[in-house]
Amino acid sequence: MSKKPTAKEASPPSAPDHAQAPVNARLTPEDRVELFRKMVRIRRFEERSLRAYQAKKIGGFLHLYIGQEAVAVGCCSLMGPNDHVITAYRDHGHAIAVGMDPKPLMAELYGKATGCSKGKGGSMHYFDPSRNFWGGHGIVGGQIPLGAGLAYGLKYKGLKGAAMAFMGDGAVNQGAVHEAYNLASLWNLPVVFVIENNGYSMGTSQARSSAGELAQRAAGYDMQWGQCSGHDVYEVRAMMDKFLTLARETGKPSTVEIDTYRYRGHSVADPDNTYRSKQEIEEYRRTRDPIQLFQDKLLAEGVLTPALAEQIDTEARAEADVAADFSEASPFPTPADIQTDVYWEADNPADRRSQGRLFFT
Amino acid sequence: MPVITYREAVRHALAEELERDPNVVVMGEEVAQFNGAYKVTEGLLARFGPQRIVDTPISEAGFIGVGIGASMLGVRPVMELMFWSFYSVAFDQILNNAANVRYMSGGQIHCPIVIRGPANGGTNVGATHSHTPENVLANHPGVKVVVPSTPADAKGLLKSAIRDNDPVFFLENTMLYGEKGEVPAGEHVVPLGLADVKRAGTDLTIVTYGRSVLHSLAAAEVLEREHRISTEVLDLRTIRPLDFDSVLKSVAKTHRVLIVEEQKPFASVGSQLAYMIQREAFDELDGPIHRLATVDAPAIYSPPVEVEQLPNPRRVLQAALETLA
Ligand SMILES: Cc1ncc(C[n+]2csc(CCOP(=O)(O)OP(=O)(O)O)c2C)c(N)n1
Ligand SMILES: [Mg+2]
Repeated sequence: MSKKPTAKEASPPSAPDHAQAPVNARLTPEDRVELFRKMVRIRRFEERSLRAYQAKKIGGFLHLYIGQEAVAVGCCSLMGPNDHVITAYRDHGHAIAVGMDPKPLMAELYGKATGCSKGKGGSMHYFDPSRNFWGGHGIVGGQIPLGAGLAYGLKYKGLKGAAMAFMGDGAVNQGAVHEAYNLASLWNLPVVFVIENNGYSMGTSQARSSAGELAQRAAGYDMQWGQCSGHDVYEVRAMMDKFLTLARETGKPSTVEIDTYRYRGHSVADPDNTYRSKQEIEEYRRTRDPIQLFQDKLLAEGVLTPALAEQIDTEARAEADVAADFSEASPFPTPADIQTDVYWEADNPADRRSQGRLFFT
Repeated sequence: MPVITYREAVRHALAEELERDPNVVVMGEEVAQFNGAYKVTEGLLARFGPQRIVDTPISEAGFIGVGIGASMLGVRPVMELMFWSFYSVAFDQILNNAANVRYMSGGQIHCPIVIRGPANGGTNVGATHSHTPENVLANHPGVKVVVPSTPADAKGLLKSAIRDNDPVFFLENTMLYGEKGEVPAGEHVVPLGLADVKRAGTDLTIVTYGRSVLHSLAAAEVLEREHRISTEVLDLRTIRPLDFDSVLKSVAKTHRVLIVEEQKPFASVGSQLAYMIQREAFDELDGPIHRLATVDAPAIYSPPVEVEQLPNPRRVLQAALETLA
């Protein structure tokens, strides 16, 4: 059982100080604290959801993002009004990172009508188009052409923006991903393909699933690419800023592979001892936890005090508890709700133009 | 009224909708510079330019996924599949993403995409190129499925499809592209979900759609002439939504039903219809519902034998006589 070969050791002293990258240097102390707060909120939300799962409040899968928070927070913190996000089923972090309220997110896990998808999507299918967040997709790699399509839409409408299409290290072997790479490069679509490389696709290590380097495959499609550590939110921002700017300014796509790690099993019900060791997980937690690393940085910068860190954590826990209470108190959808939100026309009967039966028994 | 081909009718619908709505984009393999694999999109590139008429690589999952993503942002892509048979390599995009995204987002998203192209046998291209997936498509709530049989319907229904806010799958037929018919010039819109009595009759109802309408009309002619049987041919035109009221009306008139479809029989559109008719019009029936489908095997290549695998006027005639026996 070997750790993924690309995992980088903590930055050597000679490495560039990503805090000095312009996109980070211009952050106000409040901005920095906000980045930290977002990561803490994601983690506490997910820990709370895990408890709810263990209490059998949540059905199906629960793919936790714990350990990867700096990726979603770093990337989404760069979003402008015409930037868009789409991701796979490990989507709670992205949802909070784009600014969704944890209450409907938790309620979605509980299968409640107050959920962000009215209890119709579940953990893997969070959406909030009002925040340019297009899901939440359950089929590995299937969302990536849609991400290129969002970029197509931006370009067609003449809007200056970029789409970020997130996927895991396992998704890079799907044909749809490669088709999207080709189209994006061929058509100059402003999309950044983001590979969140946590080393494993379920129980299969990168070494056992992928030939060659992951991001480098982009070169075969004449696309620029980059790799960075996803344990340092500053580094994520520095790298992504470069490629988002490329997309917005020139319409060119790119692929960024962000090295990260998940602490929990693939989904919480999955065994987590067949493919990696406890020591490996512990090692990551101890040396590369994105929240701990950033907390240390902000303490050193004097932006954060231990008391403020403590307060942020307390508030994040309380927020997650409130979300769970809200979910608990919320109603389930009714059987009558099963057949709403299927057809736009059925949901907008005044504007319906077609005739005939839309539903069958 | 101008007489034009089915192919031209589809092209006119595309051109008129491209003209009407700047968000409409036509995309697919060979649709632009090559003028369309079946020349449906001929001349559109010259008229609308490469922003609106877009050639794609052979990458169905990729470009249909791109179309779906773009449609979520308000583009209205009309995607051409060179053959509907190739839907299989884009199945996930079509039937997970386009069909489900509205539902899974709790109604926050809609996906105004049209996917069109021919879906038929009869051209001796073997099993990989002869799929008729309307039953498979219509099995997915959230989508609409249209199979026009005449030039006028092709134009009117495609215009409705392009204006529709749900994903609409539009199944044409290469054997019909050259068929001519009267088609109103300019605005001619046929609502989805409205069947059409292509021939009125009193003794037998043939419920059908697509090219089988033509076979059924030919058989009805012979039934009238040689057997003094008056046959009503009801063209569904749209599979989902389904104008079942028109089916019920016709059954109440004739009390005998034959379903004719270019479909493999197992769990076909006809299976669904037969279930619904017996459930909702049992007392109207004077005999069992019959069905004529494609002979249950992959599409055979051998040209004269393929004719016998599919519905054809002779087979429809025989099935009609059996229905009335
Ligand atoms: C097409 C498809 N095949 C298999 C699965 C089952 N599955 C879900 S997630 C997963 C692993 C994907 O790993 P990766 O892309 O690295 O993402 P991560 O879970 O690490 O975030 C598998 C095999 C699926 N959902 N879709
Ligand atoms: Mg992974």
